[in-house]
Amino acid sequence: MKELLRELKERSLSAIESADSAQALEELRVKYLGKKGELTAVLKQMGKLSAEERPAMGQLANDVRAQLERRLAERGEAIAAAALEHKLKSETLDVTIPGAEYRLGHRHPMYTVLDEIKEIFIGMGFDILDGPEVELGEYNFTKLNIDEGHPSREWTDTFYFTPDSRVCLRTQTSPMQVHAMETRTLPIRIIAPGRVYRKDEVDATHSPMFHQIEGMAIDKGVTMADLKGTLNTVVRRLYGENTVTRFRPHHFPFTEPSCEMDVQCHKCGGVGCPTCKGEGWIEVLGAGMIHPKVLAGCGIDPDVYSGWAFGMGLERLALRSYKISDLRLIFENDTRFLEQF
Amino acid sequence: MLLSRKWLSEFVDVPEMSDRDFAEAMTLSGSKVESTEVLSEKIKNVVAGRVTEIWRHENSDHMWVCLVDIGEAEPVQIVTGAQNVKQGDMVPVAKHKSLLPCGKAIERGKLRGVVSNGMLCSLSELGLTLHDYPDAIEDGIWIITNPNVRPGDDIGALIGLDDKVVEFEITPNRPDCLSVIGLAREAAVTFDRPLREHTPVIKGSGGDITDLASIEIADAVLCPRYTARMVRNVKIQPSPEWMRERLRNSGVRPINNIVDITNYVMLEYGQPMHAFDFSCVDGGHIIVRTAREGEVIQTLDGNDRLLTTDMLCICDEHKPVCVAGVMGGANSEIVGDTAMVLFESANFNGVSVRRTATALGMRTDASSRYEKGLDPANTLKAVQRACELVEQLGCGEVIDGIIDVVPEPFPAVSLELEPQKINALLGTDIAEEEMRSILQKLGFTLSGSTVSVPSWRGDVEHYSDIAEEVARFHGYNNIPTTLLSGDTTCGGYSEAQQTENRLGELCRALGYDEIITYSFISPACFDKISLPADSPLRDTLKILNPLGEDTSVMRTTILPSMLEILSRNFAYRNKDVRLYELGRIYLPKADGLADEPKILALGAYGGGADFYSLKGAVEEILRALRISGAVFTAGTENPSYHPGRCAVITLGGETLGVIGQIHPTVAAAYGMDCEVYCAELRFDVLFNAADAVPVYTPLPRYPAVTRDIAVVCNSSVTVGRLAEVITAAGGKYLRECRFFDVYTGAPIRPGCKSVAFKLTLLSDEKTLTVAEADEAVSAILAALHEQCGAVIR
Repeated sequence: MKELLRELKERSLSAIESADSAQALEELRVKYLGKKGELTAVLKQMGKLSAEERPAMGQLANDVRAQLERRLAERGEAIAAAALEHKLKSETLDVTIPGAEYRLGHRHPMYTVLDEIKEIFIGMGFDILDGPEVELGEYNFTKLNIDEGHPSREWTDTFYFTPDSRVCLRTQTSPMQVHAMETRTLPIRIIAPGRVYRKDEVDATHSPMFHQIEGMAIDKGVTMADLKGTLNTVVRRLYGENTVTRFRPHHFPFTEPSCEMDVQCHKCGGVGCPTCKGEGWIEVLGAGMIHPKVLAGCGIDPDVYSGWAFGMGLERLALRSYKISDLRLIFENDTRFLEQF
Repeated sequence: MLLSRKWLSEFVDVPEMSDRDFAEAMTLSGSKVESTEVLSEKIKNVVAGRVTEIWRHENSDHMWVCLVDIGEAEPVQIVTGAQNVKQGDMVPVAKHKSLLPCGKAIERGKLRGVVSNGMLCSLSELGLTLHDYPDAIEDGIWIITNPNVRPGDDIGALIGLDDKVVEFEITPNRPDCLSVIGLAREAAVTFDRPLREHTPVIKGSGGDITDLASIEIADAVLCPRYTARMVRNVKIQPSPEWMRERLRNSGVRPINNIVDITNYVMLEYGQPMHAFDFSCVDGGHIIVRTAREGEVIQTLDGNDRLLTTDMLCICDEHKPVCVAGVMGGANSEIVGDTAMVLFESANFNGVSVRRTATALGMRTDASSRYEKGLDPANTLKAVQRACELVEQLGCGEVIDGIIDVVPEPFPAVSLELEPQKINALLGTDIAEEEMRSILQKLGFTLSGSTVSVPSWRGDVEHYSDIAEEVARFHGYNNIPTTLLSGDTTCGGYSEAQQTENRLGELCRALGYDEIITYSFISPACFDKISLPADSPLRDTLKILNPLGEDTSVMRTTILPSMLEILSRNFAYRNKDVRLYELGRIYLPKADGLADEPKILALGAYGGGADFYSLKGAVEEILRALRISGAVFTAGTENPSYHPGRCAVITLGGETLGVIGQIHPTVAAAYGMDCEVYCAELRFDVLFNAADAVPVYTPLPRYPAVTRDIAVVCNSSVTVGRLAEVITAAGGKYLRECRFFDVYTGAPIRPGCKSVAFKLTLLSDEKTLTVAEADEAVSAILAALHEQCGAVIR
């Protein structure tokens, strides 16, 4: 019997080792360990043994069973692992095939630039104002110290709705200065972006509708130094910490002193190149100290309060930021253009 | 304004510096330099030469070979095709390796076998015309008649190309800087050099102007001053070379000595002048008045101009002889036999001159100066300078006396110098002494703390103007940079702006690209979108002076703008287009202004765009803004949309907007033959309904039971109606009723449809039993049967 068990053990273990599927393994389990299995059959003969032989044989038979069971389990795991490995291999993907399509929409590039500017000013305590585009000539011009007879008030330059020139499309966001002064409590810190309109034919650099951003700060003791400091901060946030600026005298009817701000050409570093038309500088915006007449006209005492204001064209900023060569692209809204941003 | 640096140097010595440094310094003190043209760079290696020998070219019947003395050891041999050169002539010689203003580069070469070491030049090859050298001929070599020219002399210097021309952009408040003297004053202060002012000296020739002429100003508002002097025994000739060069370098064409003098004075003093042939002034009586109805004048450019009654004219007793400040009349033009000249140096109202010039379509050098408002004190200085030049040029005898009509005296402006206020405005600490020094150099007079503003600075009327003068020359870039101090303000977006931003983010997350469209549209758009003739949206704000019909009315609907952009993309064959714009419409108000509400427009075509995908996008936007209760009702009345594929969206009884397929006829009108979908949503309604802060709903503690039901009903019963009935009948456990399928066709009876819903039943207190769920479903089915005639499939 001992011999029989040994032979059975060797045969079965070798069969288990060579089994190559879960099914074959199960068949072996049934064959050896099942109710009618070979080991079971051997064990059934235990009764025929003498009392002295039985414990040792029983021990031996149990060892064989344990060994078989262990090997079956081990082999089963190995086969499962191999099967998994095989399955995973068969599932291999070409990872270079493009992913499934998700399509986010795109912010218009000009408004992306505007968002950036808004965030900078919000960080400095400014509110964002929105106002009418169909405007009174009084707000667009008169209250900004632009008298009757000023060329910008001519019908060749401004769109009008009434024969007496009372109602027009605003030609600048500057009337928002007046609205803010008339309706808000001091101190005032606002920017007012929006659409403006001038009678310009469409070409690569002109459009009858375009966008400006007006900015204004009024408080006791506001100075031109504050204007410079604020605008420097803004352009450095926009164009980088090392941006160099300069301020030039200029003229606007509603600011005095008035200035224009240039940034040093990023391409040539101020030496002069085609980007800056050889000047080394690129004009960014117009600004100045709010004219005392304008303050007084809006009910603010210029002897107590002072303020600064600036206005900049958004289109030019966006064109420059993204190296867009033609203004018409902004309003054409070709998706091949929009989806680049 | 083109400024000749040579001319400038008559009035101020600018220190030695590069052109770039000069430009930058002038720009930073307020006179913006646009460009600098170095004229000498246009001509190289061109000298005067005397023809010592000339003979016929042996191989040509029209060419000549010359030996030319160009001041070098040996004469050079040059071949020319011109026929007007003789031995002994002084001619311009372009030497080997020379450059001409016309752009030609000249090298040594052979012409039909004969060596030519350069070229003899014509006027045009030197960039000149007969206006510059009237004694030359057009088609031939320029024979130099100036007796002082020697062989080897630089031709560039001879014709005035030894100069630099600086172009300035002068702001409209500084017409005084549209002159050499004005810019010289700015340069003098910029570089801290003295300004050499010049007082004209006139010898005179006796007589008395008042015996010959009289001047009457009929409209003192339009003509605050009229100054005149007269010249007799005039000899009309070309003006001298130096004057012609100056004019040419300043962009003005030389004509004759008298006309050139008026232009020269205009450039130098900034005061436009006019010269009349006095024999053409009937009665010797000049009247400055507005034109009479129907009066016509032929201007110097040869055009007949119909004048209107608001145009100021210079007239004699019978007729206009000049459009004031704009252009003279042909009837009093200076011509070859003019013998008696009257110089006008007048001050006219700027706005009037501008409007007249614009109306007549002729903006001239004179009108562009007058329109900015000129210094009335300048008229006398200018006319004196003109007379001085007449004597200097020997082109006539100046008659004694001046007529100077000033209807109203000009008030002098004086201000207080308030250094602390100026420093407070600028944020600086500039010493009062520096302020005084700057102002004095600029021509202001100071007496104690009173600042008298010079007559040419009409722009200075307030202490802030004084502050600008100080700041300009102290240097804008020397003003410190500080940040705002004072009360801290808390900036940020308003709630409406936050909702706008959110709305944009949502649209983009849904795959829609943002567009920006014009606020004005063509009135023809209303027909294009099939808007009924009586629609209130046709009541628009109309631009009275539009660029064109296409941009002539303010839009009252955003739909045409969206369709135009969709159409453009369609024409570009762009696929799967999804667009949005949050834009304003402009609804006329009784006061002439506009209500400008914002509308969210969505537009889509291609890529599976259909009614439900757009509706899904709108529903997702509403969900994200936590807006519930939007009702979609079939909208058959909107002619812009497909009558069977359009819904009106309402929210609590208010119209939120419209959504649907664009009517194929409308799409076709925009050139699109595909299905196009649009939605228009009112931003104000969205904003008012949006719930800013979400409130947490506890998560279910017990498992939900889901049941799918499919019912068959008449096709006319809407899914919305079925859902309504289900929701009402569902009882307390029904949490959600979600539509998921509709089916028509066999085996469903014709005229009927099968609609499937997924029902979610849930209790917060317990796990629902099958019986409880069944009970709820039975109640729902019963209600569907009773109210909609729907039976379970």
